[in-house]
Amino acid sequence: MLIPLSHYLVVSALLLVIGIFGIFMNRKNIIVIMMSIELILLAANLNFVAFSGALHDMVGQVFTMFVLTVAAAEAAIGLAILVIYFRNRGSIEVEDVTLMKG
Amino acid sequence: MIQNLAFYLFSFILLASAVMVVTNRNPVHAVLFLILGFVNAAVLFLLAGAEFLAFILAIVYVGAVAVLFLFVVMMLDVDFAALHEGFQRYAPVGALVALIMFAELAFIAGTWAIAPAGSADRLFPTPSDVSNTVALGQLIYTSYLPLFQLSGVILLVAMIGAIVLTHRDRKRSLQQDLFVQHTRTPAQTLAMVRAPLGVGVALPEQPQEETL
Repeated sequence: MLIPLSHYLVVSALLLVIGIFGIFMNRKNIIVIMMSIELILLAANLNFVAFSGALHDMVGQVFTMFVLTVAAAEAAIGLAILVIYFRNRGSIEVEDVTLMKG
Repeated sequence: MIQNLAFYLFSFILLASAVMVVTNRNPVHAVLFLILGFVNAAVLFLLAGAEFLAFILAIVYVGAVAVLFLFVVMMLDVDFAALHEGFQRYAPVGALVALIMFAELAFIAGTWAIAPAGSADRLFPTPSDVSNTVALGQLIYTSYLPLFQLSGVILLVAMIGAIVLTHRDRKRSLQQDLFVQHTRTPAQTLAMVRAPLGVGVALPEQPQEETL
């Protein structure tokens, strides 16, 4: 690999931090929270791929594929829950979720 | 040299678009920036030698997941301005946590090295004679076959779950219900009326059932 591993690690650390910052900033908007989770998973994937390239080991890439699968499934289920929640309440404010009972 | 230049350029665009995703007021713009970020991350994957995953990221993420987000954002009629309030209130705490976390990660990255004997512990070294896609296929169809099948099951469960959650029966269309049809008695729909001469008859009540 031509790029040093530490460069990749810094980029992915920044990406992770931006994702966590996004969860803090958009406490109400669950769509942006889910996009922040996607960013965090992307940072993890970037780490896996960078280590796989630096150590010449294929397992990191295999695991990245599984992470991508789980992330796609999570996005699909999360958005489906979001759609039915919006259909019931007419808003997507996360804080209202505590009002749901039963 | 050109690789370094490409790395810095694409990682800068990736981080800038990630910042735009979390700070943008308009969620449609946020999703578009997310797509831009994923494309740039795919280029970073390519630079690290993971060609297949780069294409998977571009196809699956940009083509499916991000477009799914875009559909949901555009379909739901959400008042996004109201959702954006509290942004300034949470900013200091969020920035503090993010800063501490980045400092910790940088602290780890500064004092960390791969063990000299670590390369002997490689599970599956990258083969040099075949391409990345072939090498990945040689692993996931042999050693990682159970996990590969399991990820397919996860996707199936996610698909069925999403359909079950969002499917809504529309009562607008008329459908046959054979049980109702066959168990119907004449008394439910038919009334025998003896009409007196020259008076006419009052209309009997219509049957209320719509499922005939």
